[in-house]
Amino acid sequence: MSEKRKLKVATTSLAGCFGCHMSILDIDERLFALLELIEFDRSPLTDIKHCGPCDIGIIEGGICNAENVHVLHEFRKNCKILIAIGACAINGGLPAQRNHLDLGSCLTEVYLTEPGLAHGHIPNDPELPLPLDKVHPLHEVVKIDYFIPGCPPSGDAIWKFLTDLIAGKTPELGHGLIKYD
Amino acid sequence: MDQLILRHASDASRLLQILREMQEHFGHIPPHSISRLAAKLSIPRARIESTASFYSFLHLKPHGEYRVLFSDNITDRMSGSQSLMELMCQQLWLQPGKVSEDGLVSIGTTSCTGMCDQGPAMLVNNRAVTRLNHQRVQEIVQLIRNRTPLNDWPEDFFRVEDNIRRGGLLLDNALPPGTVLRAALELGGQRIVETVKASGLRGRGGAGFPTGLKWEACRNAQGTDHYVVCNADEGEPGTFKDRVLFSRQADMVFEGMTLCALATGAKKGFLYLRGEYRYLLEPLQTVLQRRRENNLLGANILGKSGFDFDIDIHLGAGAYICGEESALIESLEGKRGVPRNRPPFPVTHGYLQQPTVVDNVETFCLAVMAVHMGAEKFSAIGTAKSTGSKLISVSGDCQRPGIYEYPFGVSVREILKDCGAVNTAAVQVSGPSGACVGESEFDRKLGFEDLPTAGAFMVFDESRDMFEVARNYVHFFAHESCGFCTPCRVGTSILKQTMDKIAAGHGTRHDLAEIENLDHVLQSSSHCGLGRTACNPVLHTLKHFRPAYESKLKSLDFEPAFDLDGSLARARQMTGRDDAGAHLKENE
Repeated sequence: MSEKRKLKVATTSLAGCFGCHMSILDIDERLFALLELIEFDRSPLTDIKHCGPCDIGIIEGGICNAENVHVLHEFRKNCKILIAIGACAINGGLPAQRNHLDLGSCLTEVYLTEPGLAHGHIPNDPELPLPLDKVHPLHEVVKIDYFIPGCPPSGDAIWKFLTDLIAGKTPELGHGLIKYD
Repeated sequence: MDQLILRHASDASRLLQILREMQEHFGHIPPHSISRLAAKLSIPRARIESTASFYSFLHLKPHGEYRVLFSDNITDRMSGSQSLMELMCQQLWLQPGKVSEDGLVSIGTTSCTGMCDQGPAMLVNNRAVTRLNHQRVQEIVQLIRNRTPLNDWPEDFFRVEDNIRRGGLLLDNALPPGTVLRAALELGGQRIVETVKASGLRGRGGAGFPTGLKWEACRNAQGTDHYVVCNADEGEPGTFKDRVLFSRQADMVFEGMTLCALATGAKKGFLYLRGEYRYLLEPLQTVLQRRRENNLLGANILGKSGFDFDIDIHLGAGAYICGEESALIESLEGKRGVPRNRPPFPVTHGYLQQPTVVDNVETFCLAVMAVHMGAEKFSAIGTAKSTGSKLISVSGDCQRPGIYEYPFGVSVREILKDCGAVNTAAVQVSGPSGACVGESEFDRKLGFEDLPTAGAFMVFDESRDMFEVARNYVHFFAHESCGFCTPCRVGTSILKQTMDKIAAGHGTRHDLAEIENLDHVLQSSSHCGLGRTACNPVLHTLKHFRPAYESKLKSLDFEPAFDLDGSLARARQMTGRDDAGAHLKENE
């Protein structure tokens, strides 16, 4: 009997704070058990820059600029199951607080009105991704299969969710694990 | 202000009425008045702000000397309300929802104002203006510019027609006031309850609870006081029968309430009248006063010692949810209209936690008829489980919109024929929370056995886009959700966003599946009926008119909810970039 294939997992942080990734690390020594079952593709843990075909993609943070859109599309194209993790991925979160301001006046305020930044002009280097006029949650741009709420969700919640998923069970976060703050 | 508070006996349960009257006087509720009111009523400021911020018609900031609200029911839209609103905004140089810089006027929309048979309609400073058209809107613009007081506007603007097309048991009633009450005094409370029970009368607000059982439960309930409440918060879009009952049969409503008081031992009654019907307040108070003078209300009614009962009118302030009986009671107590947990039910723990009967306007009238005719004669009308007659408010695509009274058991098809509807595609029976009935179901009969209804009957012909009809209702529910429970507060908003996404041409099959998921969540986990019924319009139109949805979808698995490339436009403009990296494709 051949050994069960390890699942490929990719993770990334878009317009987030890496707090959800810190929470992934909070599963502590269970990471070793996890690594028996999975193997990381593109992820801040591996520093692989682009993801290949994967079973599971985990994305933290919302969509605030053109590069976020490209990365999200790459994940959707390569991952069979895509998970939005944390408040920003699900609702836009803290970065979305700029949504009630006009992007133009934000840029003007930061680069033109305030002294000392960028020598008085709005950066326009093609290397820089352009910001979207609004910050969006992931599910407004691509189809998302699962959502893990929390800011951040606890290590235990992430562990329970992933082990359920890997075992082929519909993940269920019961009382105590599901939370929104 | 002190006078006003004194008039309400510094009673915090009168808070909503005090705030409403303050607003009538000042145009809004000024912040400095709130602290004073809090001190006088001995309640925290937060309690006042929480109540004031709940109701659409109460404002903590100035909203212009003239506050114009277009009724935004689908029937108003079908008769052109949206283009009239645009016209008015253009002529007054205004954006919807904003107050003009000189503080003169603001224009917005409000949920159905109950003038569907004579729309499009609007409220100006809470007074109903009917039969709007281009000319009337232009005249109104002129009157506002000239700061003409509302009382000097042409009376015709405020004329509300009864439009009775078919009479019956209630509408043809010509019994002199007091006749039935006098006869009922001979019967006594127990016999009244028995008669109403035997008549098979069921509540006309939609749910159809047996009226006699309700009265009996309240009569038997222990309490220091008993109360009778008439629910006239007729907020279900497309319903306007109570308004006509008040204009034609107000005595009968009050007689029914007095009958109920006799049956339950209540000393005090409330009429909870929706704020949109503010213009009915004075005429109804006149009727009450006349009844007091004729000893049909007050102490020792009709000479029977110990039979004391009087009725107060409370006005609502633009909250659909207050039609739900426990939310209505909260509102009567001067609080936010948030539905209570049930049980306990109002018959044992209602107003001020005392036994309370809450019945619909029409139910009280029918109770009068049941007692007058006797149970046997009354129950011979209608069908076995739906006795008596029903007032139907017909509006939409038909030649003769208005009020029709039928015995229960009438078919949708018969009503369509009577009101002169042709090429009918669908009828929304009992409003957005009711059922959307397609052509294959026109032989269904109105009644609790088959198609229950609170009275609304909105007709749509084949030229109408049923998706847009459902979208209008979904917006209505999102606006009217009281915000107390998460499934409803969030669910109705997500439902609205998804319908808007489909309307904007970004929808996919996945979104239809999501709507069905959401419906399941709303139906299974909402706190009250609003959330549970909020998805009915979508589910029913999806059943009968699925192609109306599908034709708007992009046939892809998933589409972004917004224009990706367009969302970079502002940044391109600010940076002057137009390179390849400054653009996005929808799918890569």
